[in-house]
Amino acid sequence: MKNTAAAPDYLNANYGIWSWLLTTDHKRIAILYLISVTFFFFLGGFFAVLLRLELLTPAGDLVQADTYNRLFTMHGVVMVFFFLIPVIPAVLGNFLVPLMIGARDLAFPKINLASWYIYTVGGLVTFWAILNGGVDTGWTFYTPFSTTFSNTYVIATGLGIFITGFSSIFTGLNFIVTIHRLRAPGLTWFRLPLFIWAHYATSLVMILGTPVITITIVLVALERAFHIGIFDPALGGDPLLFQHLFWFYSHPAVYIMVLPAMGVVSELVAAFARKRIFGYEFVAYASIAIAVLGFLVWGHHMFVSGQSVYAATVFSVLSMFVAIPSAVKVFNWTATLYRGSISYQTPLLYALGFIGLFTIGGLTGLVVATLGVDVHVHDTYFVVAHFHYIMVGGTIMAYLGGLHYWWPKMTGKLYPEFWAKLSAMIIFIGFNLTFFPQFVLGYLGMPRRYHAYPEEFQVLHVLSSAGASILGVGYLIPMVYFAWSMRYGKRCEPNPWGAVGLEWEAASPPPPHNFDQIPVVSGGPYDYADKRNRGG
Amino acid sequence: MASTSHPVLAHQFESLEQQRASTSLGMWVFLVTEIMFFGGLFTVYIVYRPLYGEAFAAASHHLDIGLGGINTAVLILSSFTMAMAVRSAQLGRRGPLAVFLVLTMLLGLTFLGIKGVEYRHKFEEHLIPGSDFRFTGVDPRHAQLFFSLYFAMTGMHALHMIIGVGVLGWLLVLTRRGRISAEQYDVVECTGLYWHFVDIVWIFLFPLLYLIGRH
Amino acid sequence: MEELLPLFPEQASSLAASVDALYFFVIGVSVFFSVLIAGSLIYFFVRYRRREASQVGSPVHGSVVLEIAWTVIPLAITMVMFGWGAKVFFSLSRPPAGATEFYVVAKQWMWKFQHPEGRREINELHVPLGVPIKLTMTSEDVIHSFFVPAFRVKADVLPGRYSTVWFAATRPGRYHLFCAEYCGAEHSRMGGWVTVMEPSEYERWLAGESPRRTLVATGEEIFSQRACNTCHRPDTEVRGPSLIGLVGKQVRLTGGRKLIADETYIRESILNPGAKVVAGYEPIMPTFQGQLSEEELVQLLSYIKSLGKSAGGESAR
Repeated sequence: MKNTAAAPDYLNANYGIWSWLLTTDHKRIAILYLISVTFFFFLGGFFAVLLRLELLTPAGDLVQADTYNRLFTMHGVVMVFFFLIPVIPAVLGNFLVPLMIGARDLAFPKINLASWYIYTVGGLVTFWAILNGGVDTGWTFYTPFSTTFSNTYVIATGLGIFITGFSSIFTGLNFIVTIHRLRAPGLTWFRLPLFIWAHYATSLVMILGTPVITITIVLVALERAFHIGIFDPALGGDPLLFQHLFWFYSHPAVYIMVLPAMGVVSELVAAFARKRIFGYEFVAYASIAIAVLGFLVWGHHMFVSGQSVYAATVFSVLSMFVAIPSAVKVFNWTATLYRGSISYQTPLLYALGFIGLFTIGGLTGLVVATLGVDVHVHDTYFVVAHFHYIMVGGTIMAYLGGLHYWWPKMTGKLYPEFWAKLSAMIIFIGFNLTFFPQFVLGYLGMPRRYHAYPEEFQVLHVLSSAGASILGVGYLIPMVYFAWSMRYGKRCEPNPWGAVGLEWEAASPPPPHNFDQIPVVSGGPYDYADKRNRGG
Repeated sequence: MASTSHPVLAHQFESLEQQRASTSLGMWVFLVTEIMFFGGLFTVYIVYRPLYGEAFAAASHHLDIGLGGINTAVLILSSFTMAMAVRSAQLGRRGPLAVFLVLTMLLGLTFLGIKGVEYRHKFEEHLIPGSDFRFTGVDPRHAQLFFSLYFAMTGMHALHMIIGVGVLGWLLVLTRRGRISAEQYDVVECTGLYWHFVDIVWIFLFPLLYLIGRH
Repeated sequence: MEELLPLFPEQASSLAASVDALYFFVIGVSVFFSVLIAGSLIYFFVRYRRREASQVGSPVHGSVVLEIAWTVIPLAITMVMFGWGAKVFFSLSRPPAGATEFYVVAKQWMWKFQHPEGRREINELHVPLGVPIKLTMTSEDVIHSFFVPAFRVKADVLPGRYSTVWFAATRPGRYHLFCAEYCGAEHSRMGGWVTVMEPSEYERWLAGESPRRTLVATGEEIFSQRACNTCHRPDTEVRGPSLIGLVGKQVRLTGGRKLIADETYIRESILNPGAKVVAGYEPIMPTFQGQLSEEELVQLLSYIKSLGKSAGGESAR
């Protein structure tokens, strides 16, 4: 099964820029995505830094109001559409899905490459719009402000997001067909790693949800360009219709962001406790349940929007339902640690960080799903804290955990463990200091998207900004040592963690064709007990 | 006439059967995304039509039901020729395959041509939404909304038709190069699925746009 | 210290305490489960650390009983949250009958208030203590949102329609008013203050300005100035339907559709009369689009709403 040292791996099989730009190897495409999403992460992060600097003082004195509005819009647009939605599926998913199911590549490698190009083109269009001043509508670009009143590059930014949406659709399509049709012999559905279940569920959401935001952007652009009244009441339209269409995608979109992260966490917990995930089938079903229920709750973003009280009630109860499968997963991950064999490595630290912070984020989701309270906290910093706990405390932590875990697989090198643990700690502390005060701010009534604020909120904002600076440092350190490790990192064996999974049976890094022979699967996932019996 | 080409197995697949099944599933998944895409437009229509039924009916009467009807027949016929093309490919008959592909393309172009004529009429009647829109009737604002939906929906549909005709042209090229055989005709089958889907979208569009309040 | 680092907003309305109680319940549950999970994670993390390199975890794979338990129990808890939340929400959404009606017109970037007695304010709203007050609100441009944290109330304010919010202030004082829906450049500064006064003080404040006409009287004047009364007459319905008792009444439109006439319908019928014509009438009403400001529209609305009451509840057809 192991390749000899002389055989080329996917990184050095071909050299030259065109061998990368015209590759159809899913592993190289994953690396291309890694570079692109990292760029957009730091771009979005840069905007966040400016926001938090401005918010150090109650007066709007660092930047003008207009600039501030563009900053928070671009922070949201870049982070949501160009980082959080693609990151785990496009980087880790692309790399690992074929390996984990014993396939040589995804079902449609050329569509995979096209997907990256589409993402990059969409990103460049949006980047061009940013360089020209960006947009100031908020990433949610509510009408009629976005269609009639804003004087910024709404259509250009919308075009960038429109284009990138197809990248998401193609990735989802590729994963669905791959998981259905390219599984190795003997690899039945309930022998699949939970990472695969998670990406399958995510792909369902990608293909069903993304087209709706696509057409919504088209309609916004048409209205803006031709002044027709689809969403603008002054022209006969309905602004609430925009909100329904927008959130019909954008709520499931957050599950696109979190489901893959949950898949990563399942892998990390299993690997570092050397145990099968407790309640494996329930976790698998929970992923599907989240994907399905996620489409039924969009109206919880609109409780005070003017929608009917009865509609609000329905959306509230459904939102409670969607929380349950996530809770089930958290309990199962925790139970997996019971009587495990736990190793104190960086990926597990990130996984535990995810579980803790996602729990807080998810529970505060119940606060906003509770109608009577949401009236008060809607559009305040409480919501901002809630979603950052999940997206940053959740998704980004899981991504970092996965990146560390599979770094040896992807590069054949080890990162420096001390610095990795240190930055994980810094990130954890910085994150909580940044976002916990925002829960307090929110309930006090501090509204979102405010450039200037009443003086009594300053101390909490200063705490938050201090946390953000720490968090920023925490994110920079891995950049440095990952890059360092490419050149100077210790070379490692194919399976440095002693983990179980088909991806670990290929070389680190794998050859272009992944496996010399397609493996035949006879056991379940996370078969650590069997591994012990085999003396592995 | 049997084909002389050998089927090509892409490296990620273990067998032709797996390749065929994957391609087919991929096409169906893609069509699901198309349903959601058009679904968004239909949702907008479904929301506004009950609210402004009068205006929609009045506006709809300005559409040419004759031309729309002809186009419906043209598309249904083209779905037949497309199905015959798939059948020919399945049987490895390159000659009939090419003929049916050409027929389907011609019918598609006919549809687009008639659509173009209709659009031109609307332009002349000042019924294109925007600054030049003129409507004599009780609720011009929502009549304009109807026409916005009309152009958005039929425009999106026409765009899909144009792409479809382009793909058919490419299939024609592949046929002439002998790259389609009874053992490997996935592309024809997938194109067939796409073409039928675009046809079905029109089957919904036609009554919803052209037949409001007509007795 | 409280001023430097406030941790909790004041309770200044009749519903604030119930909102806070609900909040504490949900937060309490959240804290409980967060501590439970974090604690378990830390405990297991320490207790089951790997002792030697080849050690694997024990094959404990699952428990259906546990799965059921930790599905059903959270479900039950969340249903309590939902039910309680819905109850509070209904209270927040339904103004008590007889609440005093104020009108609000929001625009980039200010709040314009109209007292029923006629007094107008910008960015400041004076209200009497203990009186239920219902705000009927619309926007002149983009979506705004009326938010008073101390009252725990919020409602989006939309162009083209009316939305409502109500409160009964329970503590005198001055409370922040924020716009809570991003609305453009000066969104952060589109705020103001709600000042709650003892009833006697409020009366004095109201009387402090030179006598104004009430909102209804102003509306009545517009109604006759604009010749609405030539077609919408109490004595005959030949040209236009009667408006007496209209708000809340079911109306049948040409084409058979029925709807409940609300403020938004009335506003639309003034600005785009052809959109929803009442069954049995010709679409002859001229449009007043561009001729009436949002403030004049709410004055008219106020007058039309008063018609049902002054006629002693008599409603035509």
